Amino acid sequence: MAGLFARLKEGLAKTRENLMDKITELVTGHGEVDDDFFDQLEEILLQADIGVSTAVMLTDRVRRRARSEKIREALAVRKMLKEEITSILVGNQAPIVWADHGLTVMLIVGVNGAGKTTTLGKLAARFKGEGKRVMLAAGDTFRAAAIEQLETWGRRAGVPVIKHKEGADPAAVAYDAVQSALARGMDVLLIDTAGRLQTKVNLMEEIKKVHRVIQRELATAPHEVLLVLDATTGQNAISQAKLFTQAVGVTGIVLTKLDGTAKGGVIIGIKQELGLPVKLVGVGERIEDLRDFDATEFADVLFSD
Amino acid sequence: MAAFAGLAERLQQTFQRLRGKGKLTEADVAEAMREVRVALLEADVNFKVVKDFVARVKERAVGQEVLASLTPGQQVIKIVHEELTNLMGGSNAKLKIGSKPPTVVMMVGLQGAGKTTTTGKLAGLLKKQGRRPLLVAADIYRPAAIRQLQIVGEKLGIPVFAMGDQHKPLDIVKGAMEHGRQHGNDYILIDTAGRLHINSEMMQELVDIKGFAQPQEVLLVVDAMTGQDAVNVAEQFHQSLGLDGVILTKLDGDTRGGAALSVRAVTGCPIKFVGTGEKLDALEPFYPDRMASRILGMGDVLTLIEKAQATIDADKAREMEKRLRQQQFSLEDFLQQLQQMKSIGPLEEILGMIPGMGKQLKSLQISEKELSRTEAIIQSMTPAERRHPEIINGSRKKRIAAGSGTKVQDVNKLLKQFEESKKLMRHLGNMAGVSKGSKGKKGLFGLPPLIK
Ligand SMILES: Nc1nc2c(ncn2[C@@H]2O[C@H](COP(=O)(O)OP(=O)(O)OP(=O)(O)O)[C@@H](O)[C@H]2O)c(=O)[nH]1
Ligand SMILES: [Mg+2]
Repeated sequence: MAGLFARLKEGLAKTRENLMDKITELVTGHGEVDDDFFDQLEEILLQADIGVSTAVMLTDRVRRRARSEKIREALAVRKMLKEEITSILVGNQAPIVWADHGLTVMLIVGVNGAGKTTTLGKLAARFKGEGKRVMLAAGDTFRAAAIEQLETWGRRAGVPVIKHKEGADPAAVAYDAVQSALARGMDVLLIDTAGRLQTKVNLMEEIKKVHRVIQRELATAPHEVLLVLDATTGQNAISQAKLFTQAVGVTGIVLTKLDGTAKGGVIIGIKQELGLPVKLVGVGERIEDLRDFDATEFADVLFSD
Repeated sequence: MAAFAGLAERLQQTFQRLRGKGKLTEADVAEAMREVRVALLEADVNFKVVKDFVARVKERAVGQEVLASLTPGQQVIKIVHEELTNLMGGSNAKLKIGSKPPTVVMMVGLQGAGKTTTTGKLAGLLKKQGRRPLLVAADIYRPAAIRQLQIVGEKLGIPVFAMGDQHKPLDIVKGAMEHGRQHGNDYILIDTAGRLHINSEMMQELVDIKGFAQPQEVLLVVDAMTGQDAVNVAEQFHQSLGLDGVILTKLDGDTRGGAALSVRAVTGCPIKFVGTGEKLDALEPFYPDRMASRILGMGDVLTLIEKAQATIDADKAREMEKRLRQQQFSLEDFLQQLQQMKSIGPLEEILGMIPGMGKQLKSLQISEKELSRTEAIIQSMTPAERRHPEIINGSRKKRIAAGSGTKVQDVNKLLKQFEESKKLMRHLGNMAGVSKGSKGKKGLFGLPPLIK
């Protein structure tokens, strides 16, 4: 078995180093496209967490197009694939939704450790910078020190934080926060929630209740329900998107940790299947490391190392 | 689109064509391996790892004699499952222990993997084993990370060494080692900040800590939902630090957890524990065979195959199937069947082992206690009643209930269950029957579980 590990390790190191070369080779080395070329194209997609079904669908589409348009030049086929990906994601460039007037409420949800609280801090700073009156709500009353963590972000961004004690009912926090934000004439209220795996029935019921309370206190709210997705996540992201959407009607995705080597290709499948747009991306741990999503840029990065 | 059926179901279709051959041919195996490849990729096993794995299994499978007791499909699955289990290594839920205390354990990983919680869980486990662990708060970067560890420590009744976030992590570790020695702690568990494997400055910080603390265990904490990137992460951490083991977190969700295989393949390190919940005692040993089933998305089909094969008397089963076809299935047969099921194992377990069956059989779920009650009721019936339950009227019910020490409701319930089971049997019988040119589903792996 040791032999296998060694071989794998060697292979993997090479794979990573050579990915760029491989693509270049794919598009230049292979003057003409053949089955091998498409297999390798598929592997590049798989490696970006695009998932088997979407990868096969994309390669098939490009293969058919290449045949019907009589294109046999590798470079052109690669461009075609990028176009396909971009066209799927283009409808994906959706701006943040704001209330027509008055308070905008955003609920941040996701699995444990995805980057919710950090994203909330970054968003607070961004909106504050745009001259808005921002308030945060410490809706994660479960995880140890989650409230302190959010308070730190509140201080960094210079915005107030509504909180209860650890162990309190998160719906009660949401209720207080909406009331207080309305009373104090805030422009935007960002509500943090505890991380939860999407298959935990009780916890999903809990977040539904939070959602209901917000809606009851302000009929048009929440204006955004942002699902925070770790780009390192594989195909489970699809289950996350599905079940959180079922529970609280997700309106957009924030894709975090794109500063690593993971590509987050799973969002293509999510877009196809659920029509959920990616609204923002996280590219680091600093308060300014938040960007708007750009489909073309994303497609470019999929093909880079 | 992502809603792929389990490998079991897909293989089942592929293998219809393979039925009844003596040896696995190259073509058979190649066809099956295409399905295996998809299943592994859907489970997030890295594509390169999948490639090597499939090649290796193919080599082993081709030309193999198909065991008399198995169909070719079952045979291939058995090989795949075995290889996967082997690759993920034996169970190894032990921490190394230093030749002289304290033993140092260092937790490392990406942001959000679950290091702080897992460090706490590990300390809790050690405490239960009579050790005196010390937790060390060396994450000075993430807001309130130190506070989080302190709260975890409080809940567990385990001391936490912290110096705030104004000291270098290396200095904190130095302080902690000194503190641990003075206070007689035999384990020192260092919670480090999450970091990216490509951040060389941050990786150097870990190298320095390791150089000073000389840990017996450097454990990589990996989120079970990780995708293809797991290999890059594991490889970089391993290269920089020399890992001793892996802990897989968040396995209580619905992820297939292919990262386990990827990480194991690139580092060669054992997976020592898995995290299965947010509670501080939700830490379990790693079982490679269970993980293999999970990655393949097939429940414990293999166990079922083996158990069923060993237990069910083939002739009896055939006879029963015949009667079923002829709609002669009686309460006597029902009793016999229940008894057979009892000898296979706990019902819940059996139902759980059959992919997609749990739901169908829900109305039939019977506990062990109920089973003995059912036996008693049927045994209190006359042979005529057993063969023709429709004659059981009110007064007969009373007699049967009295004879079996049960209530009339119990008798009613049993009769209803019997009717339902008859319906289900009919359905399964059709599924399992020699293909009548139908497109309908075949048996589960050609193994109709309750009849055969
Ligand atoms: N590199 C990188 N790290 C990030 C990014 N976003 C968040 N993180 C880090 O990921 C870790 C987890 O982030 P949190 O914001 O605490 O995640 P969470 O979803 O609130 O976690 P829970 O509340 O515990 O479920 C922290 O160490 C963050 O600094 C990002 O875009 N890039
Ligand atoms: Mg949080």
